[in-house]
Amino acid sequence: MKYTIDKNGYYGKFGGAFIPEMLHPNVEELRLNYLSIIESAEFKKEFDQLLKNYVGRPTPLFLAERLSEKYQAKIYLKREDLCHTGAHKINNTIGQILLAKRLGKQKIIAETGAGQHGVATATVCALMGMECIVYMGQLDMERQRPNVERMRILGTKVVAATSGNMTLKDATNEAMRHWINHPTDTHYIIGSVVGPHPYPDMVAHFQSVISEEIKNQLTEAIGNPYPDYVVACVGGGSNAAGAFYYFIEHEHVNLVGVEAAGKGIGTSESAATTALGRIGILHGSKSLLMQTDDGQVIEPYSISAGLDYPGIGPMHAHLFDTQRAQFLNATDDEAMNAGIELSRTEGIIPAIESAHAMAVLPKLDLNTDDVVVVNLSGRGDKDLETYIKWGRY
Amino acid sequence: MNRIKELFGQNKKNILSVFYTAGFPNLNDTVSIAVDLEKAGVEMIEIGIPFSDPVADGPVIQQSNKAALDNGMNLKLLLSQVREIRKTVKLPIILMGYLNPVLQYGVEKFCNEARESGIDGLILPDLPLREYETEYKSFFEANNLLNVFLISPTTSEQRIRTIDRLSDGFIYAVSASSTTGTKNGFSLEQEQYFKKLCNLNLKNPLLIGFGISNRETFLKACEHSTGAIVGSAFITLLKESHSLTSGIHDFVKSLKG
Repeated sequence: MKYTIDKNGYYGKFGGAFIPEMLHPNVEELRLNYLSIIESAEFKKEFDQLLKNYVGRPTPLFLAERLSEKYQAKIYLKREDLCHTGAHKINNTIGQILLAKRLGKQKIIAETGAGQHGVATATVCALMGMECIVYMGQLDMERQRPNVERMRILGTKVVAATSGNMTLKDATNEAMRHWINHPTDTHYIIGSVVGPHPYPDMVAHFQSVISEEIKNQLTEAIGNPYPDYVVACVGGGSNAAGAFYYFIEHEHVNLVGVEAAGKGIGTSESAATTALGRIGILHGSKSLLMQTDDGQVIEPYSISAGLDYPGIGPMHAHLFDTQRAQFLNATDDEAMNAGIELSRTEGIIPAIESAHAMAVLPKLDLNTDDVVVVNLSGRGDKDLETYIKWGRY
Repeated sequence: MNRIKELFGQNKKNILSVFYTAGFPNLNDTVSIAVDLEKAGVEMIEIGIPFSDPVADGPVIQQSNKAALDNGMNLKLLLSQVREIRKTVKLPIILMGYLNPVLQYGVEKFCNEARESGIDGLILPDLPLREYETEYKSFFEANNLLNVFLISPTTSEQRIRTIDRLSDGFIYAVSASSTTGTKNGFSLEQEQYFKKLCNLNLKNPLLIGFGISNRETFLKACEHSTGAIVGSAFITLLKESHSLTSGIHDFVKSLKG
């Protein structure tokens, strides 16, 4: 089990809980309770019921025949884009809100970049009748207007983060500050496999349903639970964590994480953390981080607001460090072209995040009998504006 | 002898420690502010290492961090400024900041150079106890640098006792569960918290910080502790002062009387 988390909350040399004392009781409460709660039969039952009847799971595993023809391999798409609210994010928010209720919390806060995690949080808060505040960078609020209004319709208060570059990193800072100021009645639903231990492990747990289903669906389709490749985009890395989860210990399954290269790795506008980052500490965990020589965090760039984060989860840093997973990247243009290609060949307009995963298919050295699962983490509805602005279709 | 230990060895009351961000309002003000603070009669100086993502800080200190980074502040420059400060200033000096810039500099190298430039202690709020004990403690001790821990109203008594055992100088008691610079005046609940801390009879003296902005809050904090720390209120003064020297003098006088 060399890829799982250790008793101190580390994946190899990455992870931990680097938090100010004011956050310690909150995080410690979670650490001491999360496993016993989420592994209880009663929790599992409620979680599974909601995933089935509310989220619409299991999501299909779709054999994309025309793409398979084109890339000369068996390409399967894991259709997380068909989840309620349009992305995999809701798997985690359902899990965390059930946990928060059992910890006696009355209020929920969250950060969001593109707004998908914010919408998923606002949705489960409406479902459970809990008060919700979502922090969102002011720039992202302007870029993702429809998601802001979606959250408001759902009854959530959206608060603009006006520090820094006013994007995801700054929204996360503001959410952490809010949590410091409201330590007892509030649970912070982090949207990715980032943050202090136990968040990375907890979020990966809730997203692991993705790979659990892939195994069952592949067994049914081809009589073998193990694909040759699993491909997923990585911002913080929650959909990749879920898609990799049950394959990590099976080393014959190639795991491929795809980061956003933005305008190119060699430019100053990129978000490809494994290519450009060094070990560092942000938002409570030690991981790979894009930063200056002086240890100041660099503002990343990607056309996709969901991949626009300067770090990656510690689990992914460890998979990269041990070379268990391969990390590739795709530029804005490569991702947009792949998004159009998927739209034209399979009739599926993907989220631009997920289009990054599609974009590396030509870069893999595939054999005709290789089974490739691409995790299609979200749908493209929220990105229509970006597709329109890009215009090349 | 470490200057912090010396200060607390004198059994003084009403110790005033002042925090400011290095490189703010102007890059080279770090030195003159320290000199002015000593002249004005404070007992200890805490210099903040600016960071791009100061999650435990409220807007005032956030903005000073950003301005300092825009001014070109970095750790190497800060250490050279401390050497400059040490040409005249005798007060204990603490550097306070988030762990990442220190990690990138190299913790051992940083500890060596901090000592060499005249630093007496460090406050790294996001450095966990376990990692301090297992990875970094030896570097601190080899350089006679004190590591100052924070406690907050939500810290359990058991954990306070652990922190007391690991501390050797003083403990930084945060007055409320909050980021810096958010409150004005202490509630009854906060006063009860101070009393509770006082009754724990810890081996280390306590300095109370967060929410100290004027003479009233300073004295209230000092009733239950050895002294208090002023940060955001001082940074606001630096931002608004036309003359730093007279502004600092008046500010310290208004607190200490």
